Amino acid sequence: MPQFRIPGPLRNLSGGQPVVEVQAEDLRGAIDALDGLHPGFKGRLLDDQGEPREFVNLFLNEDDVRLGDGLASKLKATDEIAIVPAVAGGSARRTFVTGATGFIGSATSVSS
Amino acid sequence: MQTSIGAGAPVTVSRRVLGLRCRACGQEYETQATHVCPACFGPLDVAYDYAEISRRVSRASIEAGPTSMWRYRDLLPLPDDAPIVSLGEGLTPLIKADRLGAELGLRNLYLKNDSMNPTNSFKDRVVSVAISWGRAHGFQTFGCASTGNLANSVAAYSARAGMDCYVFIPDDLEAGKVTATSVFQPHLVAVRGNYDQVNRLCSQLLEDLPWGFCNLNLRPFYAEGSKTLTYETAEQLGWRLPDEIVIPIASGCQFVRHRRAVGELIDLGLAPEPAALPRLTGAQALGCAPVYNAWRAGSQRVQPVRPDTIARSIAIGNPSDGGDVVRIAAETGGVVEAVSEPEIVDAIRLLARTEGIFTEPAGGVTIGVLAKLARSGRWSGEEVVVAYVTGHGLKAAEAVADSKLDHLIEIDPSLRSFQERVLRTAKE
Repeated sequence: MPQFRIPGPLRNLSGGQPVVEVQAEDLRGAIDALDGLHPGFKGRLLDDQGEPREFVNLFLNEDDVRLGDGLASKLKATDEIAIVPAVAGGSARRTFVTGATGFIGSATSVSS
Repeated sequence: MQTSIGAGAPVTVSRRVLGLRCRACGQEYETQATHVCPACFGPLDVAYDYAEISRRVSRASIEAGPTSMWRYRDLLPLPDDAPIVSLGEGLTPLIKADRLGAELGLRNLYLKNDSMNPTNSFKDRVVSVAISWGRAHGFQTFGCASTGNLANSVAAYSARAGMDCYVFIPDDLEAGKVTATSVFQPHLVAVRGNYDQVNRLCSQLLEDLPWGFCNLNLRPFYAEGSKTLTYETAEQLGWRLPDEIVIPIASGCQFVRHRRAVGELIDLGLAPEPAALPRLTGAQALGCAPVYNAWRAGSQRVQPVRPDTIARSIAIGNPSDGGDVVRIAAETGGVVEAVSEPEIVDAIRLLARTEGIFTEPAGGVTIGVLAKLARSGRWSGEEVVVAYVTGHGLKAAEAVADSKLDHLIEIDPSLRSFQERVLRTAKE
């Protein structure tokens, strides 16, 4: 079966699993199947129009799917789909108080 | 104050740095080695306490600083007590380009020659910040995905710091860039693929490796080093901002930072607020022009392309900051323009012939776009225009290898041969 490689920031959705196998004919179906197994993926990967979100990169084996058939890409049993942010890691620990500039929080809000 | 980072080491938090903030959704995070917002995958930027910075920084404090880009340390995200890893980067020449300007009808044209950095590209600015930050925060091994210039720099600065280094490059890079990296004896990994594929592989490797990848998990800190190019330009112009800056676009990372630098120079009172912001103009090669394509389409959504250009150092088909480049170019009144492969080579030769500067093809892209815009009547001739020349020509000499034949005259070791073949030819 085709399999997804799940990046660190999304493994909370897959119960910590780095790899999830799905049964699907094409990439859009694979995302539906992934969301069926682990609800929440579809909303994180696709926007309201059902297209990949701006900062989500989907690779079918070695290629960015936007350079091919996009979500209509057909899948083979041996295919690997990688969900790749620019880089994985990190977690939200605290939200700053946003200052009047809309950018700067208070210096003390980051101490721990 | 302590916070935790990706490598798990305790760190000192700079009083000037509040943490990281997502450029897309605004979510804010503690200082740590990552550049992706877990909420939306957007890019993370360093958030500063500008009130604290404004208490420290002034023209006088900067001018009293070291003769390197570290004179702007108060505007960089390194903790105050962290030692820097330096090879003397920055404070590169800003040259008034009268001969090139005369050809292009520009009376106030300047070239910021960043090929004069220690490893001959602007990457030394960002790498010096990234490796200094990473070493101060417990990283023992550094790496990067690179189109060549970054590889040179990361390998050199890792050697300087005595750190282990893994450099990932496409397997078909220019020989000069491979040699200029391997001499520092990093672990050099040639990946059978293009830069975008190398970058994707490194993103996945980071899941399991506690390494500091300069352009990946260290990117928020790394990227800040780019700002120093624009700080220096303003200082070298006598603390004023130019009317327009022409900047090469690869990922768009440095372009975004120049907009930030302009804002900081004005907001901190280092440069007087101009009537209009400097126009930030982006330059791409037509053989890899995803940002130019988006600009032409009037969209901030950048569609990736497969790169096919001699301007290898900016051949990024899936630029992470491309949408922001389009937004900033429009905001400031700049444009995004692109040039063909012959125009790139012509521009390398034009710059060499008129100003004595040998730049790599990425510099040819910048000068090519400068020339194209000038010839199309973009400027009246009085504007202060600065072009950032970001890499040295010897790194990719293949691009102009044919030109040696244009000016080569072979003679016998005799006066007669010299007179017949050289002097007579010169008279003709």
